[in-house]
Amino acid sequence: MLELQSLYRHFGSLKVIDGLDLSVAKGEVLGVLGPNGAGKTTLFNVILGVLAPTAGKIIFEGREMTRMRPWDRCRAGIGRTYQVPKPFSNMSAYENVLAGAVSGGGLPLRQARDWAMEVLDLTGLDHRTASPAGSLSLLDLKRLEFAKAIACRPRLLLLDEIAGGLTDYECDALLEIVQTVRKQGATIIWIEHVIHALRRVATRLAVLYGGAIISNGAPDAVLADPKVREVYLGVEA
Amino acid sequence: MFEPKAFWTVAMGRGLLALGAAVLIVGPALFSIPQLQLLTQFLSLLVIAIMWNLLAGYADIVSIGQHAFVGIGAYAFYGFAVFAGLNPFIALVMAGATALLFALPVMLVIFRLREAYLAVGSWVVAETLMLIAGKLSAFGGGSGVSMPVSVVKELGAQPALRYETIYWLSFALAGLALASTFILMRSRVGIGLTAMRDDEEGAGAIGVNLIRSRILCFLWAAPFLGIAGGIITLQKLRVAPPASFSITDWTVYVIFIVVIGGIGSFEGPIIGTIVFFLIRQYLADIGVWHFILLGVLSIAVILVEPRGLWGLLRRIVPQDLIPVSHAPPRRRRAQTPDADKAPSPTL
Repeated sequence: MLELQSLYRHFGSLKVIDGLDLSVAKGEVLGVLGPNGAGKTTLFNVILGVLAPTAGKIIFEGREMTRMRPWDRCRAGIGRTYQVPKPFSNMSAYENVLAGAVSGGGLPLRQARDWAMEVLDLTGLDHRTASPAGSLSLLDLKRLEFAKAIACRPRLLLLDEIAGGLTDYECDALLEIVQTVRKQGATIIWIEHVIHALRRVATRLAVLYGGAIISNGAPDAVLADPKVREVYLGVEA
Repeated sequence: MFEPKAFWTVAMGRGLLALGAAVLIVGPALFSIPQLQLLTQFLSLLVIAIMWNLLAGYADIVSIGQHAFVGIGAYAFYGFAVFAGLNPFIALVMAGATALLFALPVMLVIFRLREAYLAVGSWVVAETLMLIAGKLSAFGGGSGVSMPVSVVKELGAQPALRYETIYWLSFALAGLALASTFILMRSRVGIGLTAMRDDEEGAGAIGVNLIRSRILCFLWAAPFLGIAGGIITLQKLRVAPPASFSITDWTVYVIFIVVIGGIGSFEGPIIGTIVFFLIRQYLADIGVWHFILLGVLSIAVILVEPRGLWGLLRRIVPQDLIPVSHAPPRRRRAQTPDADKAPSPTL
């Protein structure tokens, strides 16, 4: 579904993504791990067109989208959530989701209204539809990030540390949404530091370090990989 | 549901707006010629403020060259009415079309810039156009030229009738600007623009085409500004570069109006224009101090509430007076997804 070919992103002499090759198959849930500064969020920003790659190709569903604008990538079927929620603060939760449904989702307004309500139900925000997004709690903001992304009807969903800063209970609530979306067939790439959350849904793990993938495979095998334990978990090989 | 007190604040606000609209509708029967002229100025400035708010408040096009399109409209109106001999009403429409035509190349230049560079770029474009207007000898060069009496009389044989006609023109333009911008903001495009207002990168990530939205707003505003320029020319009965392309009158005051009223809201430009005219009318006697007061007031409002006076009022008024936002539907759909109506997240 998604192929990253020899991807580079440099900021001056700093090589944040350095010759990365990665492919994600349809229906997979790929967990991406890596210490802070490994280039995880930069990778998302390059996939989504917020940052242009220094070199390399991004191919989604057989179509090259390396130079595409972020909104075109969204309309092509790639949705995202932000690590730090970016709500449209002066709009209600419903309008936040409606904006995704009419823009990225490409739905006519009438149909988008129904879809937005359905997504709010799915993400557990049905009780906060009329609340200004700026007044929501952290958990509800994370739910809203999810809802906005789902409203765009993505086939590939990029989740950026959605479990960060949440209690176990809150984390479980979000995992339920991830599971639901996954069961409906979405392909997911999920950057996360909360490994126990990731293990519950990821079908594959990839560990990013120094701008490249140092380990990639079944979750148990990757977490047992001595290189991973050394650079990420701080355990000597 | 709102508390009773909150409900009454909304009802009162809407009542005041309706009362204001009613007064404007019966204006010619109620007011003297000077008062009608003042209201014409009010409505013309309101149109310009609505358009600047659309650009700066939603599409993040903080232009300080908006006076360019007012000036182009003024000169185009004069040209079509005087040189081409068109009926003044048709000349006004042509003034709007000319402004739209000019907006295309201007857009290609200034859309290559962002933020402060765009602001300065738009100003430079406007000043350049003003200098070019000053070189047009047929339009009186730098000192400008008056409208011929024959053209003016096409609006009415008597001055009272003419002023009334000009008033109705400005009323119609303001009504059209408000109604069409309201429809725009209620549409799918408007939802995207509102998202852009709150977070541009976030809006792009959910599929809002930022470039197309900016182009639409820019081209949307231009004809309204051009026609406003034509109406202002009818009021002043002359075109002249410093007056027709006045940065103070058509950009600086407009920025003040929108900022003090509430940038990025539909009500803001209306409130701002009312406040501006009240200060100008009742405090003009204190001379230059009324400008200082305007400046102090706008700084104070920004410091207390960046969303302007309407932002302050929204602390007690729980919803829009002019409902451009979308309320969640009351009747809920059945929980079972219907593939025909509500597509699955994964398609």
